[in-house]
Amino acid sequence: MEGPPAMTGTPDLLYSDVETDLRASVRDLLTDHGDPAALLARVESGEPYDLKLWRTLAGDLGAAGLLVPESLGGQGASARETALVLEELGRGLAPVPFLGSAVLATCALLHTDTTQQPVAELLGRLASGAAIGCLAVPLSAMPGTGFPTGVRATAEGRLTGRIGTVADATVAETLVVPAAGPDGAGLYLVETRAAGVTVAEAVPLDLTRRLADVTLEDAPARRVAGQDTAAAAVRAALLAGAALLASEQLGLAQWCLDETVAYVKQRYQFGRPVGSFQAVKHRLAEVYLHLVSARAAARAAADTLARDDTDLPVTAAVAQAYCAPAAVHAAEECIQLHGGIGMTWEHPAHLYLKRAKADELALGTPAKHRRILAGLVDLPG
Amino acid sequence: MSTVDSEGDAEDLRSRVREFLREHDHTVMEPLDFLRARFDAGLAWVHFPAGLGGIGAPRAAQAVVDAEFEAAGAPDNNPRRIGIGLGMAAPTILQFGTEEQQRRFLRPLWTGEEVWCQLFSEPGAGSDLAALGTRAVRDGSDWVVEGQKVWTSGAHVARWAILVTRTDPEVPKHQGMTYFVCDMTAPGVEVRPLRQITGEAEFNEVFLNGVRIPDAQRLGEIGDGWRVAQATLMNERVAIGGRPTPREGGMVGVVAQTWRERPELRTPELHDRLLRLWVEAEAARLAGDRLRQQLAVGRPGPEGSAMKLAFARLSQELSALEVELLGEEGLRYDDWTLRRPDLVDFTGREAGYRYLRAKGNSIEGGTSEVLRNIIAERVLGLPTEPRADKDVAWKDLPR
Ligand SMILES: Cc1cc2nc3c(=O)[nH]c(=O)nc-3n(C[C@H](O)[C@H](O)[C@H](O)COP(=O)(O)OP(=O)(O)OC[C@H]3O[C@@H](n4cnc5c(N)ncnc54)[C@H](O)[C@@H]3O)c2cc1C
Repeated sequence: MEGPPAMTGTPDLLYSDVETDLRASVRDLLTDHGDPAALLARVESGEPYDLKLWRTLAGDLGAAGLLVPESLGGQGASARETALVLEELGRGLAPVPFLGSAVLATCALLHTDTTQQPVAELLGRLASGAAIGCLAVPLSAMPGTGFPTGVRATAEGRLTGRIGTVADATVAETLVVPAAGPDGAGLYLVETRAAGVTVAEAVPLDLTRRLADVTLEDAPARRVAGQDTAAAAVRAALLAGAALLASEQLGLAQWCLDETVAYVKQRYQFGRPVGSFQAVKHRLAEVYLHLVSARAAARAAADTLARDDTDLPVTAAVAQAYCAPAAVHAAEECIQLHGGIGMTWEHPAHLYLKRAKADELALGTPAKHRRILAGLVDLPG
Repeated sequence: MSTVDSEGDAEDLRSRVREFLREHDHTVMEPLDFLRARFDAGLAWVHFPAGLGGIGAPRAAQAVVDAEFEAAGAPDNNPRRIGIGLGMAAPTILQFGTEEQQRRFLRPLWTGEEVWCQLFSEPGAGSDLAALGTRAVRDGSDWVVEGQKVWTSGAHVARWAILVTRTDPEVPKHQGMTYFVCDMTAPGVEVRPLRQITGEAEFNEVFLNGVRIPDAQRLGEIGDGWRVAQATLMNERVAIGGRPTPREGGMVGVVAQTWRERPELRTPELHDRLLRLWVEAEAARLAGDRLRQQLAVGRPGPEGSAMKLAFARLSQELSALEVELLGEEGLRYDDWTLRRPDLVDFTGREAGYRYLRAKGNSIEGGTSEVLRNIIAERVLGLPTEPRADKDVAWKDLPR
């Protein structure tokens, strides 16, 4: 009998001083950029993303280029700092294309040959925030479930096919498209302005992360990875995405807890603060308990990703299987314990529930991650 | 990650242990002599002061020292058997004891020569410890104690006890308590096995009939027993930090192993439950690591209570799953004999025992409900429970 793989080293689960400073900067910026009411108005407007905020995040804080080496125009930081930014973005539900551009597209490109001029150039532009990219896979795509084959490429590099629910595609200039070519799997760059490319906005469950259905009809493309690297690049991007998404879920859950605690302290019923009733206190203690474990799981995934540790598939699956339901639970409790107000459109709680639920489906559901884990830790069904 | 201030400090500690091991060959020495020498060298609990088993090192240094002794195959003091002494009596004696008390009690406590138990709970005072009624009345240089304690783990093997009593019934319940060290061999101490859900008697009823305790065995001031007891309970919660566990350490490993060895028992429904619990156990294990890392850099967090809650739930759900997984075998029980074990051994028994014993995990050391209150009030800052008993003299409380 085999048993689970041992961890290769105890991950560093704390926040470094640099990370703590970064958190403060990101939080300040998000606070300056508007309150939940402004967020609500924005998501229903014609400009659901705050691209001004995005440029400030990318330009002033270098947030978009944390994963990109300095030689390619990025910050040369690591997945740990990236996770921290995601925590804050999750907490503020910032309407910016960070996951699609700075995580998924960037990670995929970093796993191709980055000495290629178009790759190097695009990575530089993504890192600085000058361009927005996205990885053209459904947001529900799961690491480790094979290369997507919905798009076909000709030998000349023209793509045809359709990909549904692509996150952040509505604001992307460049799509990183996995496609099956005559020589097998490939990764292609497609400009969204090009002829034959249609990006049709879908009505998303999560109003703060936009989705689009992408249709390619003989669209011109440039191949940047072939058979030997394309599948690995997509897999690595999805794995990194799953590992990092846990931090977004953690930040989101933390907001839900903080907001609910504050509310039940000042809301009076039966002559007492609602938060003095034990049934309410115990439910919030339970949310807190989940957060304690979620933080450890999210930090472990970020740290193993940063160290390129072979344990990453396990820590990423654990983080997703744990943090996704923890965030949904926190958001559901937030709505319930706010009572009627929680059910209104004006109160931001619903935006958090929508993000939490969509995040639960994103990059593999908890159940799918448990299945993956079963194989990784030798607990076959 | 390094667990002490610097790798250099850790290396100093390691060489200190190696030097000790060169001078004290554990392969020829009596284990007890070896442990006494280790205490005298300050390598027992290294964060204690010199002369009391330590060298005043940071708390995190302990892990480095323990690992070094373990690697050498040196005898240990069976910390599980003396858990109450190590985790609760020792830190309380260190904080509140006189120098004379510290010198008398700490060494045999650490070596395991003397086992300790905790005489806190009473039939009428469990969660509400401050309601306790065991009386201690001053008589010259002694105190005379009358009362009954209950659910006292290990009282049948204990040489000493930490004891909280009521010395003034006229004041509200949190005042008027006094804390003592009680000699379990003193006349008037009667320990009766209390058979529990598992069939064995790991805990006891303890009757205190006119037990004389010298005033020199008082810990802390007269009437200050609640504060001393609070310190003890605080330490109980810190103690869960303990040692790092490997992945699948503990109950989850037991169930996972059964799963691997018995493919014929597997069903899809149990598979998903097992995986859910595996994920929870791994996340909780990492949270324990994180708590220790926080302690190691001197930033202890309030996560300890959450960890105890998580542990209780996990051990209950996993042990329940194990019984179900075993199917027909789960109908059998290994042994209902009334035994009086000197420590709880989850792995030395079968699934049914684990299932039943785990029920205590959400009761002992503070119930899960009380822990949720603590988290809600002290961590989340929610309003405290309305208190009907705050300004009422203890003797006038309804009971
Ligand atoms: C295996 C085991 C070993 C033990 N070992 C020792 C020992 O060595 N020494 C010792 O002194 N004690 C020991 N105890 C006793 C233990 O500390 C108490 O059982 C515990 O504190 C609970 O007290 P109680 O049993 O009186 O329950 P009660 O306090 O009567 O509680 C009954 C129920 O009411 C709930 N409840 C109580 N107060 C509240 C509240 N404010 N809000 C919400 N719910 C509440 C409880 O959670 C519980 O569900 C042991 C217990 C067990 C099970």
